[in-house]
Amino acid sequence: MSRVIKTFFLGLVLGAIGAGTLMWKMPAVDLHRESSLVTVQPNGGNVEEFRINLPRDRIMVGLPDPNSSIPAALDWPGQVLLGDMQAELFKIRDRNDTVIGVGSRIASASEASGPFIEWALHFPARGTMYVKLEMTPSEDGVRNGLLMSGTREFAKLSGGLREEFVAAAPDDEESQGRIRLNAMLVGPLGESE
Amino acid sequence: MKYAISLLLGLVTGAALFVTGVYHNPFVGNASVSPLAVTNDRVIDLGFSAVPSNGLLHTNNGETTITPYPERVAELWEPAVYDTSVFVTRLESGRGTDAGVGIKFLSKSESTRLLKGQAIANSAWHIYLPGQGTLMIDQTENYWSYLRDIVIPAHLSSGDNWRGTFHRVMTNGPSALGTARVTGGSGLFAGMTSESVELLRAEGYSTRSGPVSMQGNLTLAIPSPAVAQD
Repeated sequence: MSRVIKTFFLGLVLGAIGAGTLMWKMPAVDLHRESSLVTVQPNGGNVEEFRINLPRDRIMVGLPDPNSSIPAALDWPGQVLLGDMQAELFKIRDRNDTVIGVGSRIASASEASGPFIEWALHFPARGTMYVKLEMTPSEDGVRNGLLMSGTREFAKLSGGLREEFVAAAPDDEESQGRIRLNAMLVGPLGESE
Repeated sequence: MKYAISLLLGLVTGAALFVTGVYHNPFVGNASVSPLAVTNDRVIDLGFSAVPSNGLLHTNNGETTITPYPERVAELWEPAVYDTSVFVTRLESGRGTDAGVGIKFLSKSESTRLLKGQAIANSAWHIYLPGQGTLMIDQTENYWSYLRDIVIPAHLSSGDNWRGTFHRVMTNGPSALGTARVTGGSGLFAGMTSESVELLRAEGYSTRSGPVSMQGNLTLAIPSPAVAQD
């Protein structure tokens, strides 16, 4: 076998090894991460604040009257299929007002199988939280909820979520206010998270 | 000089052969039979069109093949949600009647390993079925077969499209059997934990607009106490 052909086969083997190494080592997906702004509590749990600025973080609002839904071209099924159920989609921000995820809030007061208010909060680099809120808010307008399940970072945590609407300042004409969500989570058996 | 050219040709050929081997690896890919096909639990089937413009809403970073729908919907261009899409759709029962609505969040996963035939996405469904209640499905999905059998052939085709038959289970976790995890929220599903799988059936795909003919199906196993009406 000539040296040229031997060199070709050497290149063949090196090329295959190189391609394999590249595919193994190079991450095909590299998600952007924001630092988690978590406050650690004396009981070992943590509190994290999420924010939704209205109206700019609103992606969708599906209402019983489809003509009032957002965006205007949304063909929402409305009252006929969904009764008084309302579905909303938002971008979710951290305490620094940086977008870190997306979330859905669905609610119905007259659903035949039982009323509900729920959040699903999806943070691409961290996981998803599924939260069920109490139907009746406290006197100061705060609604408390329970973490039903979580995935990845939230999988082993338990705790709750507080939902609060903060009205915009009277002189702020661009804002309709803010939804503030405080997640209070604790690890299993007092494990700090 | 001739040795350098020979080495270069060898390197390129070796890399190409390796990539071809990975692409055609018959030992990886998605199953076409649902792990829930043999469950003893009652089953709810929820169908939906996986063509974004047939749904209620689809949004992403606005720079992919699939255009956000409907007009003027906010796009997910911020760095932390750039690789995420949200899809809202009507859900149909097994009999083809309207059953409710579902919201699907889908993000690329860092556990993707192309060498192993794994193009992983993390996804979650938030579902409301009138008269029955609410639930959340969390799952990992493997899009390797979808990319290999549909998207890449469409890009290689002179017509920039793909036509054929594709029927695969997309769910590959997090449960040991490759099923998704279901958490009941309210109504008949309150307190329930169960399993589900998502299947995809496709007949047409265009490189210009994405899915042309594509149907999704969610199969949920419902433990006895939570009585399903489907």
